[in-house]
Amino acid sequence: MTGFLRLVHAEFTKLRTVRGWIVGLILAVAAMTGLGVLPGMSGGCNRSDSHCVLPVGPGGEEVTDQFTYVHQALAGDGSLTVRVASLAGAAAGGEVPRLAPWAKAGLLIKDGTRPGSAYAAVLLTGAHGVRMQYDFTHDRAGAAGVSGSRWLRLTRTGDTITGEESADGTAWTTVGTARLPGLPATAQAGLFVTSPQYAEQVGVAGAMGGPTRATAAFDHVARQGAWAGAEWTTDSIGDGAAELGGPAASDAHGGPAASGPGRDEAPTVERSGDTFTLSGSGDIAPAVAGAAGIGVTISQTLVGTFAALLFLVVIGAMFVAAEYRRGLIRTTLAAAAGRGRVLAAKAVVLGAVTFAAGLVAAAIVVTVGQRVLRANGVYVHPASAFTEVRVVVGTAALLAVAAVFALALGVLLRRGTLAVTAAVALVVLPYLLAMTVLPAGAAQWLLRVSPAAAFALQQSTPQYPQVANLYTPPNGYFPLPPWAGFAVLAAWAAVALAAATILIRRRDA
Amino acid sequence: MTDCTAAKQGPEGHAKDRQGVTLHAEWTKLRSSPEVPWLLLAVVATTVAVSLTTSALAPAGDGADPVRVSLTGIQLGQAVAAVFAILTIGGEYGTGMIRTTLAAMPRRTAVLAAKATVVAGAVLVAGAIAVPASLLFSPLPLGDGPVLRAAAGSVLYLALIALLGLGLGTAVRNPTVAAGLLLGLLYVAPLLISAFADPDWRRHLEQIAPTSAGLAIQATTGLDALAIGPWQGLGVLAAWAAGALLIGGLLLHFRDA
Repeated sequence: MTGFLRLVHAEFTKLRTVRGWIVGLILAVAAMTGLGVLPGMSGGCNRSDSHCVLPVGPGGEEVTDQFTYVHQALAGDGSLTVRVASLAGAAAGGEVPRLAPWAKAGLLIKDGTRPGSAYAAVLLTGAHGVRMQYDFTHDRAGAAGVSGSRWLRLTRTGDTITGEESADGTAWTTVGTARLPGLPATAQAGLFVTSPQYAEQVGVAGAMGGPTRATAAFDHVARQGAWAGAEWTTDSIGDGAAELGGPAASDAHGGPAASGPGRDEAPTVERSGDTFTLSGSGDIAPAVAGAAGIGVTISQTLVGTFAALLFLVVIGAMFVAAEYRRGLIRTTLAAAAGRGRVLAAKAVVLGAVTFAAGLVAAAIVVTVGQRVLRANGVYVHPASAFTEVRVVVGTAALLAVAAVFALALGVLLRRGTLAVTAAVALVVLPYLLAMTVLPAGAAQWLLRVSPAAAFALQQSTPQYPQVANLYTPPNGYFPLPPWAGFAVLAAWAAVALAAATILIRRRDA
Repeated sequence: MTDCTAAKQGPEGHAKDRQGVTLHAEWTKLRSSPEVPWLLLAVVATTVAVSLTTSALAPAGDGADPVRVSLTGIQLGQAVAAVFAILTIGGEYGTGMIRTTLAAMPRRTAVLAAKATVVAGAVLVAGAIAVPASLLFSPLPLGDGPVLRAAAGSVLYLALIALLGLGLGTAVRNPTVAAGLLLGLLYVAPLLISAFADPDWRRHLEQIAPTSAGLAIQATTGLDALAIGPWQGLGVLAAWAAGALLIGGLLLHFRDA
């Protein structure tokens, strides 16, 4: 073991005494920090307020909570039954009328009218059938393929809310139940309509979008239980909420220029006899970044990773290829007890040094970079401390493994130039192609199998199936979970390292 | 051997003849290097393989440009072409051969010009095979104006990237570092540009970066949305290649080899 430590020490001495490599390491850290901290990306809330504050849901996550609500107090247990007679898209801001797939109309019980408070709802959607949703992140599907008209019922029993649906108002099936602990005895319950932002692909990496509106007609409203009064109150929940602009760009990285859940036309409520007609715009969902969302994520600060990767890959390839070029490799291999151990020592030294460099750079950009963005008025989705640590450590690990991958390629190809080209073509090129040229299907396939899958480590916001958005690579969403993506890169590096170990043993140096 | 006779005419020999000798010498070096056929084969193989795989797996939909998707392989082939160019000069620096070359042919800029001619010629031949082969199974009519422009332009693009690599390799001398710099220009610069929030800034950068400008030659749809016109874009890349060769040539002329 001491023999191996001595080898590690020898390799570390080689690394730190080549001035060009130390300069390269410093440049890698400088490029990554500079690109993450310096750019003057700016944006702003569309309101005069200096604060961009999103409501926070019961789970602590930031949410969008904007809908048209006709409600009254329910003091205790009770139920509300209604027939959604129609649900249709309405023109918003001069757009062609269209029904958003995740437009929502139905029944909703809520802890007051404060945006972000606990709720449960049974609802009919534009194209996703009947759903039971509660507390922003929970979603359960009911009957699929239902559109246009449906009977819905919401029942409160203690802190349990049950959602039911029916085709004819007589035979009922349960869609789901929700427990809302802490729901006060007197809650608000009633009818609601909302319709989220739409986003669509323009070309390969571009996106455009804007607000949508939906109109729904409700009839056969029937109340049972402890209803307090007979008067319906109309509210536009979340109206006047901060409308947040991403960076002032209409592209993959900033979201649509027509930002924010728009309010081009005021929500309306009409009542004629027993029929309520509501129209509204917004969403009741976790807030997302990207084309249909608002603002940017902390991943935005990590753009310099590619520059750092290039420096570290060059160092990794030269760390062994320079020895082949100068013939030093023969001395190195003659002096060591085993050739495989030389390679292992090189990989350990290179991996540790590049990991440390990457860790410093990533920690600086993620902490300082998001402050710079916020100071410029850009809305940056906060990530949990756990996520931030994963992004920082993951980026460092990605850089270290990519450098070791280049080292292994350097042994296999024995030429630094070829090793650098192979490593960059395998790690960076698939990412570039996925971001710029390839259609979404091919892009996702490429980001599953190529070493570029590891960039999934930098995705900092989750993907919600019940929130309409463009979950494509150019919008910052990767097909694999973070560490699974890293495992793909690690597997490539491990195979290359194994092949290099076999070759360095068998081949004449 | 007639070229060698011309060389023996000594200093009185015609300039044209001397250039012919230099060119012949570079051609001989290129021809006899064991790596060259493999690298040129790799330019063709990577370009065709990636292009055909992409067109087979991802038929252009989603608003993607069908010609651009059919020629995706150029994105990888350009790196091999650049490495080929870097190694033709970097290899000489690595082995010390450059000193022999310059001792035999003291007119250093003529040596670089000869290298550029030979490298560009070889890559043009490789590109002329790779690009039509990439479009072999594509339903696009090759005789169509924009498609023909994209195809011919892609061949020129490969040659210009190789010349850029040659200039860079001459200036930097260490081929691994030169490859790192060039790959940064080819692959990392577009990613950094796309992160710029300001659309005007981004457009200007796309107009001057070698790949985003040069690859405009492949566009056949949405020409209005391009940051730069197809031929103007290729002109920008040509300016990059000329600039790199100029700097390389000056450094070669004034620096000890």
